[in-house]
Amino acid sequence: MIVFIARRLVISFFVLLAATFIIYVLTAFAGDPLEDLRQDNSPQKLTKIAERSERMQLDVPVVLRYLGWLGRIVRGDLGVNRDGQALAPILSDALSATLQLVLAATVLAITVGIVIGIISALRQYSGFDYTVTFAAFICFSLPLFWVAVMLKQYVAIEFNNWLKDPVIPPVVIGALALLGGLIFGALTVGDRRRRLVAFAVGLVVSGALFTILSVTRWFADPGLGTPLILAFGLATAVGFTALAAGLQYRGPLYAALAAAVIGAICSQVLGPVLADPTWLEIGGLLLLTIAVCLGLGYALGGLQRRQAMTAATLTGVFTGAMVFLDRMLQAFAGFSASVRHRPVSTIGARTPNYQGDFWQTGLDSAGHLLLPTLALILISLATYTRFSRASMLEVMNQDYVRTARAKGLPERTVVLKHAFRNGLIPVTTMMAFDLAGVIGGAVVTENVFGWRGMGFMFTKGLQEVDPGPVMAFFIVTGTAVVVFNMIADILYAYLDPRIRLS
Amino acid sequence: MTLSADTQAPDGAVEQGMTIVARTQAQMVRRRFFRHRAALAGMIVFGLVLVLAFSSIGFAGIPGWWDQSYITTGALVNQGKPTLSLSPFSIGDHPFGQDDIGVDYFAKTMRGVQQSIIVAFLVGIVATLVGAIVGAVAGYYRGRVEAVLMRVTDVMITIPVLVIAAVLGRRFGDAGVVPLGIVLGLTIWPTMARLLRGEFLSLREKEFVEAARAVGTPARRIIFRHILPNTIGVIVVSATLATANAVLLESALSFLGLGVQAPDTSLGQLINEYRTAFSTRPWLFWWPGIFIIAIALSINFIGDGLRDAFDPRQTRVRA
Repeated sequence: MIVFIARRLVISFFVLLAATFIIYVLTAFAGDPLEDLRQDNSPQKLTKIAERSERMQLDVPVVLRYLGWLGRIVRGDLGVNRDGQALAPILSDALSATLQLVLAATVLAITVGIVIGIISALRQYSGFDYTVTFAAFICFSLPLFWVAVMLKQYVAIEFNNWLKDPVIPPVVIGALALLGGLIFGALTVGDRRRRLVAFAVGLVVSGALFTILSVTRWFADPGLGTPLILAFGLATAVGFTALAAGLQYRGPLYAALAAAVIGAICSQVLGPVLADPTWLEIGGLLLLTIAVCLGLGYALGGLQRRQAMTAATLTGVFTGAMVFLDRMLQAFAGFSASVRHRPVSTIGARTPNYQGDFWQTGLDSAGHLLLPTLALILISLATYTRFSRASMLEVMNQDYVRTARAKGLPERTVVLKHAFRNGLIPVTTMMAFDLAGVIGGAVVTENVFGWRGMGFMFTKGLQEVDPGPVMAFFIVTGTAVVVFNMIADILYAYLDPRIRLS
Repeated sequence: MTLSADTQAPDGAVEQGMTIVARTQAQMVRRRFFRHRAALAGMIVFGLVLVLAFSSIGFAGIPGWWDQSYITTGALVNQGKPTLSLSPFSIGDHPFGQDDIGVDYFAKTMRGVQQSIIVAFLVGIVATLVGAIVGAVAGYYRGRVEAVLMRVTDVMITIPVLVIAAVLGRRFGDAGVVPLGIVLGLTIWPTMARLLRGEFLSLREKEFVEAARAVGTPARRIIFRHILPNTIGVIVVSATLATANAVLLESALSFLGLGVQAPDTSLGQLINEYRTAFSTRPWLFWWPGIFIIAIALSINFIGDGLRDAFDPRQTRVRA
């Protein structure tokens, strides 16, 4: 293992070295770094040109310039850009902006994508499966920038207009209800009658839901309230118990239900604490929730202690998230008024000079993150769905899954313990690759939404024919690619003992 | 591959009233492909787009049936709104509308489709050729040759496509789409090379390769006549998918201003040009987007159908 890592690191070091040279030379030849100054008509034109030539050492051959850059990098000095600003702070700002933008999108895409992929693999050749496959293909074929401009128009501008008087027109309610019915029907297995019943139930439930939302003008002043939190919490408690332990065991079920009830009580009691918290306090509350839930599972779990702890913790964290969401939604009306009723914004990372409490600034960043996150999710969601579906199908065909079924294990155990865990192995390695790519930022998304992250720094450097920022970008992304590729290999060998590293 | 199998049916089957048809590998692939409905639909749509784009405004000096050009300006009719209507069906003078200086947008979009398709195909062909040769040589010879070739591949993979495209795109952007396509193809071949190297590594250990080597077949013949035909499925599928990706890559580059340059046009370039006009002239934005999606989607479906046709294991569940 250590030999493997050492060898890979040495090889990767030389690969990176060669790549830096090529990129440096290519960037230096990308155009004329003095182009903007040549069109300058001010009297200081010549001084400016001389100054920039001096700073960028334009009189030195490219290869020598590269060697100079390499010498500085070895000493840990990123250098300056062509305007003389130090690159280290610029790089760290860009990196944090990019991580903010991309992390949420990636985590969401991974979770949702894996869940959808697995369901569509388990329901192969159902209506749901065909729909997901088709949707994934469409997502693969969407030009990101085109989607981004569409989102700006329809999700930001028109949605903001609609929020001023949030009444859902009857036609839209009908369409949404139909959609809900179709989803219910496609997910149900069984004969035609059962599917029709599921379709009708979905139709009525979603129709009623959206009518209520529209009549009460929920979108103008949204919120969940304790009863809804309790209801959702109990439902998730049942769901997580069914997944983690199976519903026939009482212990885990009681532990999860207790976690949901305590969470709902907390949403009433914690009012003063949650009035204007900090992220540190939120983190503390999260840890406390996990500790309490683990305790509940331990105390009430009986023989299924481990499963009970899992179910209770998942339920507790989910209910906590609902309480958090509830507080955030309650702050929405005030926030919306403070940004002139345009909560979804299209440009930048935050409203300039915005002042507000924890929830309002949170909503402000959420409003700015919404569109780019949606655009980014579309593509990677499709990738994860397809990938986890294929991997899951592969695993479901293995002999050990058939053996597990043959010896009479319940379907839950077969799917979750035998198939799911093995099916996730290839997905894990893909996640590692993906995370490496993510750090490079989303060049197109950042461009459309005016986000000053890594991609922006990189394209700006390229357009200005300034090797400094481009190289700073590459040092980070190139290293990330190398490191994450190695992590992917090691993870794969660790998760699947049949693979040997050599 | 195209060996015709004229096998005798087993006696039992004939007695039971079954007919057995012997099919070659190529026939089976073709049958499976044409049974894949999505792939077939993709092929039809792509064919229609291809015919529409190249026959309407003509290509390379040959005139087409559409009487307006993508360069000459005309008088703005009804603020340049599209005249296409479905009921009653009529095309009108400017079915896709006009841009802000009165150029017929149908002709312009068709020109963009032509350019984008040319770039995509060039990228697919160049990337496949280079990648296949590098992968085949590395996988067959192993040893030092493989080490050098794969390190070169690693270097290519770590360099962002944008850097190469930006530099060479600026050099060759004015020269038209052909150099752009070749350059992009030369940047994205490493994926194919890695894939094919893996295939060669496993195939070179098979008995038929050993047999060929034992009778003294030259290496070049083993690579091209014995091993390469066995990897045709992998090559065809990933070439198709590379082409679909190239459509999106070209349009993204042109959108960033790094691809096809101004007087000439491509689908991404059109979207970039009119991205600010969305609220006033949305059609300038819709048409190129729809064509990008149609092209990429249909090629993706063709690729999926080819994958199923070459490797039917992936689709069936034995449950």
